Amino acid sequence: MSEKKIPLSEKMKLPWKNTPIAGVIFEPGSSAEYRTGDWRVAKKPVIDQKKCIKCWICWIFCPDVAIIRDEKGVTIDYAHCKGCAICAVECPVKAISMEND
Amino acid sequence: MFYKRREEYNEVIIPYQGEGITVRPQELAGMGGNEAVAYAAKQANVDVVAAYPITPQTIMVERFSEYVANGEVDTEFVCVESEHSAMSACVGASVTGARVMTSTASQGLALMHEVLYVASSLRCPIVMMVANRALSAPINIHGDHSDMMGSRDCGWIQIYVENPQEAYDWTLQALKIAEDPEISLPASVNLDGFTVSHAMEDLNLLSDGQVKEFLPPRKPVFKVEPENPNTVGAFAMPDYYYEVKRLQEEAMRKVPEVLVKVTKEYEKTSQRKYGIIETFDMDDAETAILSMGSTAGTVRSVVRQLREKGRKVGAVKLWLYRPFPSEELTSAICDLKALAVIDRAMSFGAPYGPLCSDVASILQDCESKPKIFNAMCGLGGRDISSDDIRIMFDEADQIARTGVVRDRIKFVGVRE
Repeated sequence: MSEKKIPLSEKMKLPWKNTPIAGVIFEPGSSAEYRTGDWRVAKKPVIDQKKCIKCWICWIFCPDVAIIRDEKGVTIDYAHCKGCAICAVECPVKAISMEND
Repeated sequence: MFYKRREEYNEVIIPYQGEGITVRPQELAGMGGNEAVAYAAKQANVDVVAAYPITPQTIMVERFSEYVANGEVDTEFVCVESEHSAMSACVGASVTGARVMTSTASQGLALMHEVLYVASSLRCPIVMMVANRALSAPINIHGDHSDMMGSRDCGWIQIYVENPQEAYDWTLQALKIAEDPEISLPASVNLDGFTVSHAMEDLNLLSDGQVKEFLPPRKPVFKVEPENPNTVGAFAMPDYYYEVKRLQEEAMRKVPEVLVKVTKEYEKTSQRKYGIIETFDMDDAETAILSMGSTAGTVRSVVRQLREKGRKVGAVKLWLYRPFPSEELTSAICDLKALAVIDRAMSFGAPYGPLCSDVASILQDCESKPKIFNAMCGLGGRDISSDDIRIMFDEADQIARTGVVRDRIKFVGVRE
């Protein structure tokens, strides 16, 4: 039953006969594969790296864990960002702006 | 208990004319429908029962909890605070791979409604006895089909039984059909409230060994287990939901084939023959009555009386209501001149009651369409007498003669 080799994005294009029974997901931890960023309908957040002071307030506030924090600074995971704009509102230095997707 | 083993009956041979079938003596017991289902659940070694008592189903839960208390079964009996919780517990138990049964009626079934869909969509082969009872208001505890017809489209296999013997036999068969890996869908066994649920009759029982052989432990298609984690009941968006539902419908379409296979196997063990529909005197019949549940017995009795007077009448009984046996039914009714379809539930404002609507929708498959009319009767436990059935046959005969259906729905037995 489990088809571990096929990525979720491909699996969701399969015909109904190949759909897992009852829509059961046979691989654990697969929610990261699901692109909730596709639900974003209006604008996406864009970070001006020159203004960013790396305070991580956006990282704390993001309800979708779509702010990625690493040594380079702040980047946005557009595959999971739903475009709610909380980060843009909360940024104390206005480094995040909402732009057309 | 008084209905357990009656030694003097152990040597009784059940008469049966089947070919090449060994007739074994069977145990006889006096049981009502509720007790018959509880006894079948005991023999089937059900793993989990979560149920809440409601008239006219109470005795089933009561008897089964006695088996649990006496240590006659090792079933996990979950005491819940409502039917909604009962069905939720059943779904949870079923996805772990357990054999699960429950039972309810009327308002209880209505309270379960949303979870019924979860059970069928998550492909939980739960078997539920429904002691069919009228829905409020006015509050009424007696038999009609309003409750199950209200949950008609919930994706459950629906079987209607005529008497306690059928209730016992179909409970065992329903477990096997529901748990078939090709199907894996829940099934309801419907007993007319009081008429079947409480009527005490002589029952032929299989031995525990025969049941064990007929019904081996369930082999689930999938199950939740810590060693092999998976997600059951996940969210599905417009890009995925439809495919899951299409797959569910495919399982439903395979039911008749599996049902026939299971009934044949059961016949070899029990010497009792079941199937999708039952026909009576239909070979040369010009008019007939289609019914489900306990009414079918009254109809057959009237058919015998009318046949003696030379009238060409017949009777059809549905055992399987969902999936609807379109092919079997068209081959039985297409050559008739007129057919009365008995409904024991209203579908307010609809052209016909629920069963008659289904029958009307398959008539387009008939080359010569019989005229049909809907005989509404037996609501809220109103008696369905032989005279009522005769009125239906008279109406059908008149329609056959004149070709005119005066009323789509004839309300039989209501005070005019």
